[in-house]
Amino acid sequence: MNTHQGTFVRASMIEGSAPPVAEGGVVHWLRENLFATPKDAVLTIVSLLALAWFVPPAIQWLFIDAAWTGGGRGVCATVAQGGSQPDGWSGACWAFVNAKLDQFAYGRYPLDERWRPTLVGILFVLFLVPMLIPKAPFKGINAILLFAVLPIISLILLPGGWFGLTFVETPLWGGLMVTLILSFVGIAVSLPLGILLALGRRSHMPVIKMLCTAFIELVRGIPLITVLFMASVMLPLFLPQGVTFDKFLRALIGVSLFASAYMAEVVRGGLQAIPKGQYEGADSLGLSFWQKMNLIVLPQALKLVIPGIVNTFIGLFKDTSLVSIIGMFDLLGIVRFNFTDANWASSVTPISGLIFAGFIFWLFCFGMSRYSGFMERVLDTAHKR
Amino acid sequence: MAKRILTALVGAAVMGIGTQAASGATLDDVKAKGFVQCGVNTGLAGFAAPDASGNWSGFDVDYCKAIAAAIFADGSKVKYTPTSAKERFPALQSGEVDVLARNTTWTINRDTALGFNFRPVNYYDGQGFMVRKSLNVKSALELSGAAVCVQTGTTTELNLADYFKSNNLQYNPVVFEKLEEVNAAYDAGRCDVYTTDQSGLYSLRLTLSKPDDHMILPEIISKEPLGPAVRQGDDQWFDIVSWTHYALIQAEEFGITQANVEEMKKSTNPDVQRFLGVEADTKIGTDLGLTNEWAVNVIKAVGNYGEVFDRNIGAGSPLKIERGLNALWNKGGIQYAPPVR
Repeated sequence: MNTHQGTFVRASMIEGSAPPVAEGGVVHWLRENLFATPKDAVLTIVSLLALAWFVPPAIQWLFIDAAWTGGGRGVCATVAQGGSQPDGWSGACWAFVNAKLDQFAYGRYPLDERWRPTLVGILFVLFLVPMLIPKAPFKGINAILLFAVLPIISLILLPGGWFGLTFVETPLWGGLMVTLILSFVGIAVSLPLGILLALGRRSHMPVIKMLCTAFIELVRGIPLITVLFMASVMLPLFLPQGVTFDKFLRALIGVSLFASAYMAEVVRGGLQAIPKGQYEGADSLGLSFWQKMNLIVLPQALKLVIPGIVNTFIGLFKDTSLVSIIGMFDLLGIVRFNFTDANWASSVTPISGLIFAGFIFWLFCFGMSRYSGFMERVLDTAHKR
Repeated sequence: MAKRILTALVGAAVMGIGTQAASGATLDDVKAKGFVQCGVNTGLAGFAAPDASGNWSGFDVDYCKAIAAAIFADGSKVKYTPTSAKERFPALQSGEVDVLARNTTWTINRDTALGFNFRPVNYYDGQGFMVRKSLNVKSALELSGAAVCVQTGTTTELNLADYFKSNNLQYNPVVFEKLEEVNAAYDAGRCDVYTTDQSGLYSLRLTLSKPDDHMILPEIISKEPLGPAVRQGDDQWFDIVSWTHYALIQAEEFGITQANVEEMKKSTNPDVQRFLGVEADTKIGTDLGLTNEWAVNVIKAVGNYGEVFDRNIGAGSPLKIERGLNALWNKGGIQYAPPVR
């Protein structure tokens, strides 16, 4: 029971007073982060000057002076070059990107049939997004849809040739579609295959160990460009006359095997990091090899090497543009291919096209990188810093 | 044109295997599969480039269509294999393509050691120089000490070295891997001189910021006869490809165009009648393994040589290349067809 009645006792807490001006607010933040030491101050000023020097002209070139619409090289060429822009003009030629956008997405896939890759793309997004959200239910069914049903649907829809669909041969495929197919297949194949190879390389069975090591070292020792070139150019020379198999398929196999070898070493790094006690603990529980791996070792090992795995994925995604060396047009390839369209020849067309392609690549890579950061936080149960 | 050194190496390496594939009747194969597999460039303005809807178009592409039309009376029965400079010869040797219409220079090495046959030259090209007018240079012989922009790994680079060496001139090569990098470097003033094949100089001029400040020097330092190539060992196929070109030339000489070809069939000129296969008891096409209407079909599909040239690289295109050596023999050029009789 409270018997104190003295007025000197406060009934409520004093409101906290604001910190001194120098210790809070914008000024403090600036002082702490930008001007903490004379060296910092110099660096800050130099960086700001560099930005001021670089950013406004970039914005001017990319957006304000850019040619957004138009049907030919005229809108992106100066009067002296035979166009309509004033002399000395320079700006991005987004009209070119705009006019060729469909080609950049589908390559030379026939116009009337483009609903097929679009449909596959929509299904891909529908199946992929719930797969990526940890809380979404029905992961098992979802995985089957994404990794078994979708490839079958794609195999029916994209080339066609049955169920009344006209056949679209793979040389007509191109653009972002090819980039995405190559990297999705590469990623979906390389992770499981890489895990198997890594386990094989650490196996105590000499034949398996030797085969896996030989495969990894052989594939990793050859540049991807050589793998693709061999698959595309040399392979037909060794096959009997008339026996060919699809160039796109060859590239798919080449890219997947190549990525698997890299993936194997990343995964092996994770396996090495798991203390021996974990393996022995699993053994003492009487778990079989696969139970041990599935339940104890791999969940820990894979979690550790997420940055390495995503690194390989991002590398693979960008490496797919090497298929242009064998005459296939991925996103970058089809953009460059369109530079040769004389109807769009101008001094700013190539750079505009390349900026666009770079931006699309960046979007995908940045997305993967952000998602991997998110997964690291979700799975980070033991190594929180 | 991109004529890479590596190509020759790869080509030579696979030759032993390659030539074995080069036998049998290509025409029968082509007829059986229903289309001509044509090797083209992976992208060269005016020769093989995408049109607005992404279909192949260009000078070389029209040759593919013409060959298909000669066989099937339908210019669309072609499938294109885009080949890089490195890939093109193995692709032809392995039988992956039936004919290579890829702005390929006819050289003795390619005609013999690599196992190919060249005959008609559909485009006479040659390496030239472009300079800024402000340099006040009137001849390539005044270029001593100049910085020369050139694409690496091409015969262009080798020709350049030969030319400057034989004329005792000094130069600084500024080399790049990609054509558009060379273009950008020249436009930005990183070098005084730009050298590539003349057809390339014309397409470059479209992309310079001030085209009028530049001039093309009169010297042509190399011969670059470009034409379709086939594998050795199938003379009938070689004849079909060759005579498709000659038909285009002959049509221009006779004044037969895509528009008036049906009308010209009624011509009383016996040469024209023979050419178009309307002469009685003619074997003008059957001897080639085709129908007697083959020349008509070719012209219907792509027009005559002049039309093909004009539409893709000549006055009717943004490139505006002059006919020059590629004019008919009776109009100051050297394009000439053997008599059709």
